Amino acid sequence: MSLLVLLAIVLLIVAGHQLLRIIELSRGLKKTHEWKVSDSDNNMMGKAMLIFMVLFFIFFFWQVGRWLDRSLPPAASEHGAYIDTLWDANMYLVTFVFLVTNFFLFWFAYKYRGNSKNKAVFLAHNNKLEMLWTVVPAVALAFIIIFGLKYWNEIMDEAKDTNKISIELYAKQFDWTARYAGKDGKLGTSDFRQITGTNSVGLDSTDTFGNDDVLARNEFHIPVGRQIELSMRSRDVIHSAFLPHFRAQMNCVPGMITYFKFKPTKTTAEMRKDPYTVKMMDGINKERAKEGKEPIEFDYLLLCNKICGVSHFNMQMTVIVDNEADYNAWLAKQKAYKTVASKN
Amino acid sequence: MATPTNTGLEQEHLVHHDHVHDHDDHEESFVSKYVFSMDHKMISRQFLITAVVMAVIAMTMSIIFRLQLAWPGEKFAFINAMLGDKWGKDGILDPNMYLALVTIHGTIMVFFVLTGGLSGTFSNLLIPYQVGARDMASGFLNMLSYWFFFASSVIMVASCFINDGPASAGWTIYPPLSALPEAIPGSKLGMTMWLMSMAIFIISSLLGSLNYIITIINLRTKGMKMTRLPLSIWAFLITAILGVLSFPVLFSCALLLIFDRSFNTSFYLSDIYIGGRPLDNVGGSPILFEHLFWFLGHPEVYIVLLPALGIASEVIATSSRKPIFGYRAMIGSMLAIGFLSFIVWGHHMFMTGMNPFLGSVFVFTTLLIAIPSAVKAFNYITTMWKGNLQFTPAMLFAVGLVSSFITGGVTGIILADSTLDINVHDTYFVVAHFHIVMGLSAIFGMFAGVYHWFPKLFLRMMNKKLGYLHFWVTITMAYGVFFPMHFLGLAGVPRRYYTNSNFPMFDNLVDINEVVTICAIIGALGQVIFLFNFFYSIFRGEKAPQNPWNANTLEWTTPMAHIHGNWPGELPTVHRWAYDYSKPGKEKDFVPQTVPLSEGEEDGGTH
Repeated sequence: MSLLVLLAIVLLIVAGHQLLRIIELSRGLKKTHEWKVSDSDNNMMGKAMLIFMVLFFIFFFWQVGRWLDRSLPPAASEHGAYIDTLWDANMYLVTFVFLVTNFFLFWFAYKYRGNSKNKAVFLAHNNKLEMLWTVVPAVALAFIIIFGLKYWNEIMDEAKDTNKISIELYAKQFDWTARYAGKDGKLGTSDFRQITGTNSVGLDSTDTFGNDDVLARNEFHIPVGRQIELSMRSRDVIHSAFLPHFRAQMNCVPGMITYFKFKPTKTTAEMRKDPYTVKMMDGINKERAKEGKEPIEFDYLLLCNKICGVSHFNMQMTVIVDNEADYNAWLAKQKAYKTVASKN
Repeated sequence: MATPTNTGLEQEHLVHHDHVHDHDDHEESFVSKYVFSMDHKMISRQFLITAVVMAVIAMTMSIIFRLQLAWPGEKFAFINAMLGDKWGKDGILDPNMYLALVTIHGTIMVFFVLTGGLSGTFSNLLIPYQVGARDMASGFLNMLSYWFFFASSVIMVASCFINDGPASAGWTIYPPLSALPEAIPGSKLGMTMWLMSMAIFIISSLLGSLNYIITIINLRTKGMKMTRLPLSIWAFLITAILGVLSFPVLFSCALLLIFDRSFNTSFYLSDIYIGGRPLDNVGGSPILFEHLFWFLGHPEVYIVLLPALGIASEVIATSSRKPIFGYRAMIGSMLAIGFLSFIVWGHHMFMTGMNPFLGSVFVFTTLLIAIPSAVKAFNYITTMWKGNLQFTPAMLFAVGLVSSFITGGVTGIILADSTLDINVHDTYFVVAHFHIVMGLSAIFGMFAGVYHWFPKLFLRMMNKKLGYLHFWVTITMAYGVFFPMHFLGLAGVPRRYYTNSNFPMFDNLVDINEVVTICAIIGALGQVIFLFNFFYSIFRGEKAPQNPWNANTLEWTTPMAHIHGNWPGELPTVHRWAYDYSKPGKEKDFVPQTVPLSEGEEDGGTH
């Protein structure tokens, strides 16, 4: 087999070499310069530019039509809805700029394709025009900055709700642990030197606040409509807690505690009935059926979004948004850290 | 043998005594001519060919991991052939090797192809030619610059052949992942070699940049005022200044990481429990690394981009047969971009836990940079307006550059907005953005430069038709690769995932990944057209005439032979700016810079 491939390659090289010899010989006879750009070259390339533009724009709209509804579902958090609005506004603006400037670029390439009869216009600058396209982007950007920063400040502000729930997300290669404060409402402090097989998040044994803390793996629950304050730690390398459906993300950095707050607006059950999600899950399950996999239901996910090692791609946790009663029932069933630890 | 260096003093000597001094007469050994050459033209060719080899390596890597991403778990004989049984057993890519490939692909493309390759080739070729100098200020340092670059390339490539595999913490090598050998196999010897290679690369870059700056400032020929310099030279000058100011910071950044790795310091490490034990390191911060890294990392984007834009300025003006529109605004924009590039690095770190207020400052500075960038794009388009466009392959690529600069640039406005960045940070949306705006623009600029200056590089012409074919395959496939990635990002797919099929939520994105990979394969095969054209034309291309594109700049006044000192006899005197194309009242549609102003004629675009 490999001998055949080798033979084919050798034959190809020989054939190519002969072909080149013929081309070179004919070039010598014709005395023309292959590299010179003729009027017909310009004509052809100018038209090709226009055709490319049309195909490029068709490709763009084809992608939008085919793939845009595979985007994440509408935000399931309060601030996420603002982000979505801002996103749409900005995206319309830049799409407009993208289409218009690319249009002019390729249109001019077509329209002013060279011809030996033509002469270019000698135009070196025009202060008015240049002023125009300095000021217009500046004004547009001013609006983008103002709106962007307004939301940014709100999103990044401290969690101030009196009924907020503080949860710690603890990252390590390659899984997540969610820690709830327990009955006393306070998360116990931690010390990485106290990490053991049973004390996987390194709770400080001298801090009694930690005793009733609840640890959740594989999935964690949060109630709808309450402010969730996530504090994040990492045991080993940088991870990033990415909750795409809530438009929430923050890196988990060893040696630091980082924060992100959000307020979920739809329970998992509600989200499963949301028309957008239903359509999206139909698409997903159709693909799965093709491969003989069983259908799945929608779930919120926590992903790792900072390269963290070999299983980076598989570091995930399910997030369940419950109504208040279900959440309380779930939390009541969870065992406090101390009881779990003492059993071992 | 006579000294082949050309110091400023010698230049004075040559000019003042009107001493025709043809260095070509004396015999040169193979080693001093082709290997340890101090001639800027030879060094330029050395950089270019090294970069071409590196680019082929990095592109092949991308095909390997794209195969895995489109068809995870499928067996490919190609993967097994490239990686062997250790990393590609049965033709399935090893997940550690996947991370290593994305890391080395990024490193090679950013540093070795688009920094070393692009600046090294065209700064070396064009600076002495276009300012009218006999060579670089220091031919010796210039030679060292190339050989340090070569050594660092060799180390980087060699690191792919060691037992634990090459560095695999991503091209940004954030610690602790890159600092701890327990965290990932690539952080063993591979990471050490990566750091060694980069340290040597930085030396190369500094030697080169200092030389470029000094040559442009001091060795301009008579009449070559700063405001008569072609925009390519302005771009190389600003690029070199950015490099000199930012690469030392990367050096210190890398050095501290070397200390953390080898001497148990704690610059970047704190509170870590790994491999079943707590580490002693306390008090360091990975965020410090990110600050230092991106203090280089962002100017680096413009180190990559500005030379490409400079090349595009020359190619577009020459091929449009029109003066570049807004020459001074172009210089102003580049200076503004250069300055701003130093105060925007935090936009890579909105989600790292950096103080959110600091984040807002970086939002502001980052969005400011869009203004000079927009000015540049509009000026290119206006340069083409009412031109007489000559579609050389170089011009096609220059138009492609403007397109990708816009297409990738507008998504930068989205990403620079910290609020919007929250949900697309580190997703494929970012991958799409920077590949289009930085990767495509810079590589298109590099292709434009190669096609345009091939006659000066190798004294022969490249094949035009193959150039056309190469362009159309490249631009269609490049957009086919990177445009769909936006939609992966919108679906929330994080970058650097070995496979997306572990997440049912991404199961409906298979066809997007397939489109990307198929386009990548065709695009990569399209580069074979270029490689053939390039190497064939070096040896068998048609002999080039002196000024094939009817251009104004000084390099086209040199004889079509590689002689030491570039011009036999006196250096040319410059009388006008570089953009007198289609000037009214002139017989031809170009007026070289060496032609004196006629009576009452004004310089610099007024008439």
